[in-house]
Amino acid sequence: MDLNLKATELRLGLPGSDEPADQLQSSSSHVKNNKRSCSEIDGSCQKQESGAPAQKAQVVGWPPVRSYRKNVMEQQKKPDSDGSGFVKVSMDGAPYLRKIDLKLYKNYFDLLKALENMFKCTIGVYSEREGYNGSEYAPTYEDKDGDWMLVGDVPWDMFITSCKRLRIMKGSEAKGLGCL
Amino acid sequence: MLNYFPEEVLEHVFDFVTSHRDRNAVSLVCKSWYSVERFSREKVFIGNCYAVNPERVIARFPRVRSLTLKGKPHFADFNLVPPDWGGYVYPWIEAMAKHGINLEELRLKRMVVSDESLELLAKSFPNFKSLVLVSCEGFTTDGLAAIASNCRFLRELDLQENEVDDRKGQWLSCFPDSCTSLISLNFACLKGEVNAAALERLVARCPNLRSLRLNHAVPLDTLQKILTQAPQLNDLGTGSFVHDPDSETCGKLKNAMKKCKSIRSLSGFLDVNARCLPAVYPICTNLTSLNLSYAPGIYSNDLIKLICHCKKLERLWVCFFIKLIHYTYFFSGVPLSNQGLNWIMQILDTIGDKGLGAVASTCKELQELRVFPSDLYGVGNAGVTEEGLVAISAGCPKLNSILYFCQQMTNAALITVAKNCPNFIRFRLCTLNPTIPDAVTNLPLDEGFGAIVQSCKGLKRLSVSGLLTDQVFLYIGMYAEQLEMLSIAFAGDSDKGMLYVLNGCKKLKKLEIRDSPFGNVALLADVGKYETMRSLWMSSCEVTFGACKTLAEKMPRLNVEIINEGEEIEASPDDRHRVEKMYLYRTLVGPRRDAPDFVWTL
Repeated sequence: MDLNLKATELRLGLPGSDEPADQLQSSSSHVKNNKRSCSEIDGSCQKQESGAPAQKAQVVGWPPVRSYRKNVMEQQKKPDSDGSGFVKVSMDGAPYLRKIDLKLYKNYFDLLKALENMFKCTIGVYSEREGYNGSEYAPTYEDKDGDWMLVGDVPWDMFITSCKRLRIMKGSEAKGLGCL
Repeated sequence: MLNYFPEEVLEHVFDFVTSHRDRNAVSLVCKSWYSVERFSREKVFIGNCYAVNPERVIARFPRVRSLTLKGKPHFADFNLVPPDWGGYVYPWIEAMAKHGINLEELRLKRMVVSDESLELLAKSFPNFKSLVLVSCEGFTTDGLAAIASNCRFLRELDLQENEVDDRKGQWLSCFPDSCTSLISLNFACLKGEVNAAALERLVARCPNLRSLRLNHAVPLDTLQKILTQAPQLNDLGTGSFVHDPDSETCGKLKNAMKKCKSIRSLSGFLDVNARCLPAVYPICTNLTSLNLSYAPGIYSNDLIKLICHCKKLERLWVCFFIKLIHYTYFFSGVPLSNQGLNWIMQILDTIGDKGLGAVASTCKELQELRVFPSDLYGVGNAGVTEEGLVAISAGCPKLNSILYFCQQMTNAALITVAKNCPNFIRFRLCTLNPTIPDAVTNLPLDEGFGAIVQSCKGLKRLSVSGLLTDQVFLYIGMYAEQLEMLSIAFAGDSDKGMLYVLNGCKKLKKLEIRDSPFGNVALLADVGKYETMRSLWMSSCEVTFGACKTLAEKMPRLNVEIINEGEEIEASPDDRHRVEKMYLYRTLVGPRRDAPDFVWTL
């Protein structure tokens, strides 16, 4: 019997997509377009005279927030304020750290492949339930709060804005994280 | 009756008259008072740099030592004014240098300041002490280097929210060893690094330093060293506040903070690890001013924990960040219905409102609150609602100034707020959806704002938003007797709305309107009114070229500027053609000569 549990799962993500790759496409238009105001989003969930929850036209200068402040907030979304996406990568047992530029990658698949190449290891496949269980290594990262998270749980573009550094943990140690 | 009153006595009395408005009033009494006043005025305030010119100011006030100038119209803050519109400070500095003015202080807002101007400033006024630049642009750190190198008695260098091109030079290192007079240094808006050692040495040799605001490039361990050197500070803006919270550095920082018993104002946190925040708890008890509005990494819970320590707060600027700001919500691949989405939004909204609840129960001395939107471009934007505002009004009876960006509002909430807080001087409400109606009744928000203007008899500044008809302007015209500045966007039904305001608000100085159906009838009904005001801005309204031309003809002492962008660069546009952007202001000196091609003064 196919219970199709997935259909009843309340998941978080961008509408109309399941894959991280798709998410990148729709999210990049969110982040890049500076003229977009949140009235565009509000239109879909606020009651309005017009009724329909359609996308509203972009409104220049609304909400009225000083461009200086807007620029600062935009900058803060990026991992490094100088615009680069470089983060340190450590691997358990390796004698020295490496640095990679997260901006060079489009999705988790590319990132993990690159890490596998760089450190000559196998990281395996991510699953929401099991993490990287079964593989030799598990990739983790430190987020803006200083917490260590498993790579792969959040959408790609949220990951690149919150990732401060990466650590490739030995599979045995990572088991704990995978069970979350 | 006294026929003769020695001028020296008058002058001495006038020394106690400091506000420029009072001074202006004094100068109108009689010729003799005008004369004594003008020779003794040291601080000159010019609200619109194009209302007058440098030569006239210098001629009237030859002893001016402090000059305040404002340039671009307020809506320039929101990208409604094209670059190169104007507002250049250079001619002012040049004129004052030429006339040997003993300039000590220059305060500029929304002006274009070139490096050349800063260099001229630095070299022309040996007693120059104080430079304050707010929302200005056009200069680089090279200009700052000139100020640092040459102004031997500099006390204040205060850069607030300017767009500065950081040349990554060593401007801060240009302060000579002999510079020990700094009282206030604010470079929070700069993007580049400063030499940490030079900064530490500068702080160490300026014993009168009271206000220091660092930029995000200054790391936490430098902050810790600085605070150890300057425990006398009363205003601190942190730089980067990111570090391992368990480190020795954070421990040292906390100890240094404990010794800073004079800090009353705290800001910065441009980059922050929330787990380092407890380091500032020692100073929270005495804080009167806290600005966390640029702190991206402080999520609501940590913010609430921090605010709970701040019982003496009088001024608070915040935004509430919800962690899940990059998501929207769907149920197995299908977008949630409006209802489902509303449900989730409500949960998130309460986090912001809860934060305000914490403020309401802790900060009983609160006078000014600014709540900025939590996320402008993210999806699933949650923030605060009318509930937060009501909570604040109930808990903070001294509230007199508010700027509140919110998801939604209701008339009932505004009516309650008006009852709880009759002391508002500034009330600015901004709904993220500019024409959103009352969230419960779906009616316009006229009654709510009507209650505000009726209750707050001292209201001087008002910004309205949400769904609004002409009715709200009837209320404003009737009740807002002290109103000086009014901002309108996407509001009103007809010319009547604008007419209510123009006829009713006798003290109106600045009126700015965008995207509202006000047209020629309203514009031309009382042309004399505009000479009693500083300025009027109208964009995306219904006024036509013909009407603007008529107005300009009738009122030679107004500059009526039309800003043309893009397509409409016709030689003589049709009189019936709608004007996209109009800015008019009273002036003593006619059309300005520095207007760019796209600005037509009619």
